[in-house]
Amino acid sequence: MLGQEIKKLVIYTIFLAIIILPMLGFTGGAEFQAERAFLVFGIGVALLVLNLIVKVIRSHRPPPDHDKPSLPERIGDRLHRIPKIFTLGPLLLAAGTFPLVANNYMIDVGITCLIYVCLGLGLNIVVGLCGLLDLGYIAFYAVGAYSYSLLNLTYGFSFWAALPIGVVLGMICGCIIGYPTLKMRGDYLAIVTLGFGEIIRLVLNNWDDLTAGPNGLFGMKRPPLYYPTIEDGGLDMVTYYLTSLPGLFYFILVIAILIIIGVNRLDKSRIGRAWIAIREDEVAAELSGVPTTWLKLLAYAMGAGFASVAGAFFAAKLSYVNPNFFLFMESCIVLSIVVLGGIGSIPGIIIAGFILIAVPEVFRELEAFRMLAFGAIMTTMMIIRPEGLIPASRKKREFHRQRDEAERGPQ
Amino acid sequence: MNQDYGDNILTLEDVHTYYENIHALKGITCTVPKGSIVCLIGANGAGKTTTLLTISGVERARRGRILFEGQNIETLPPEKIAALGIAQSPEGRQIFSRMSVMENLEMGAYLRKDKEGIQQDMEWVFSLFPVLKDRYRQKGGTLSGGEQQMLAIGRALMQQPKLLLLDEPSLGLAPKIIERIFETIQEINKNGMTIFLVEQNAHMALTTSDIGYVMETGRIVLEDDASALLENKEVQKAYLGE
Repeated sequence: MLGQEIKKLVIYTIFLAIIILPMLGFTGGAEFQAERAFLVFGIGVALLVLNLIVKVIRSHRPPPDHDKPSLPERIGDRLHRIPKIFTLGPLLLAAGTFPLVANNYMIDVGITCLIYVCLGLGLNIVVGLCGLLDLGYIAFYAVGAYSYSLLNLTYGFSFWAALPIGVVLGMICGCIIGYPTLKMRGDYLAIVTLGFGEIIRLVLNNWDDLTAGPNGLFGMKRPPLYYPTIEDGGLDMVTYYLTSLPGLFYFILVIAILIIIGVNRLDKSRIGRAWIAIREDEVAAELSGVPTTWLKLLAYAMGAGFASVAGAFFAAKLSYVNPNFFLFMESCIVLSIVVLGGIGSIPGIIIAGFILIAVPEVFRELEAFRMLAFGAIMTTMMIIRPEGLIPASRKKREFHRQRDEAERGPQ
Repeated sequence: MNQDYGDNILTLEDVHTYYENIHALKGITCTVPKGSIVCLIGANGAGKTTTLLTISGVERARRGRILFEGQNIETLPPEKIAALGIAQSPEGRQIFSRMSVMENLEMGAYLRKDKEGIQQDMEWVFSLFPVLKDRYRQKGGTLSGGEQQMLAIGRALMQQPKLLLLDEPSLGLAPKIIERIFETIQEINKNGMTIFLVEQNAHMALTTSDIGYVMETGRIVLEDDASALLENKEVQKAYLGE
């Protein structure tokens, strides 16, 4: 056991040396900067040694009881037992007061986080619940953004009028990608969706007459709010455009909360259960009477609809869109949020959304190494916690309920 | 109901199924009388599973007719066929591995709305397979092979079917557990359910069944009473290893 672990340690150390030494060593020209490179390398090796020590100590302890739920599961369980007002209340309060204490830059990052949370929740329906790997998800975000931009600039549609149209267009696009891929699975599906995402971006980039190509569209109105006032004795509606960052933050916060409620409802519904059955075993789901064809289309459509909402808000907030906002990298980030958060887990995705968007901002000073750190965190996470930050625990609550009902029995 | 099919709950007439260009079923004709246990035996790759999947509508018959209670079902989608009363326990114990035992059984009752009936059937499944009751909170994937097979059968029973299709219930199981499962199959049948069984374990299948069909490379080559097939020299040589 110890010998094996030491062998692993040596291999990892060599691996680390190959990656880190040249990357950190040759930063300012061709001269090797040993000090800096070996400092980081040393930290890495120290972590590995620490890991080894922990493992050795653990191996002397009695083996863990497999029937006992793991620590995050227990934490999740504990959280569900606390009345919601004590867990959700402070969270909402924190979110509500955030713009009052934060500066504009922080609020802006907060808005971006919330947009990605919305996207993550939408993609969670497709990937997390239905098990369809979608690598072109950002295309639906683009559809939402461009729908609002074009409707607003060309026809003067307000945000509220354009939003449902954008959502419907997004859902149609979802079905367009969904229909031909109904019989596909896994890697084939991933490639097709990847291609679809790129097609949308390239169309936006090259359809100069409609989308103004790479220059993008600008000058869209912010989301308006209407409120009544009494002027000259008559009732009048005043239009107020949300231009301030705190205003926009509250706006996307409300959208995010609505999406969270919506996804939560879907998750617990009959449809949600059928999606999970499709993810687990499509043939078995079919045999159980789940209409897989249209439920898969529905998953694509719902996911695309949520992305469209986020996209429309994004375009309205920035008053500017261009095709380069919708690169493949964005799809990857959204997918990472879903996987990191724990596939199918709503709280996990919310936390992961904040971590993956906010942490790179915090480490902005590291510049080039930002993405390296991002990759390292993702890799480490997938090795040590493949089920995600907070594994989906909805099932457990259902058991409790059912057992209680069973124990009560017929009266 | 068509008079000709009065006693047969299921009738296949010259059914042909293809996978792309591979001719998997080359004209299957067979009948399943109401209330009986019928088995389809044959070697690996003979087309037994394809036959069941074609009945369930997961695979499409390119030619031929499938009649369930006198009604043509070969063009219906799987969920409609399931709703008519055909349930299949798929091969290789395809259970929902990250769902609990309870949720797996609930998925079987996906098309049903009668809460009390579902509860009753769940109790019935638990009485048939008591081990499932002990493990009802456990995830399907953590069950042993035999337990997974029981869960797959239980899930199909939760559909409250008129016809139960079982695909290789003995696959990869220890002889003792196979015996248990076949005893339960007979018990289910005594409750009035018609069972169509596909098996490689010819001995077990034929001793349990009323009627047997022998399948070879997409065709049915023999059909008889199960007891007669057990005595049949060819069958004994090819499938019973005697």
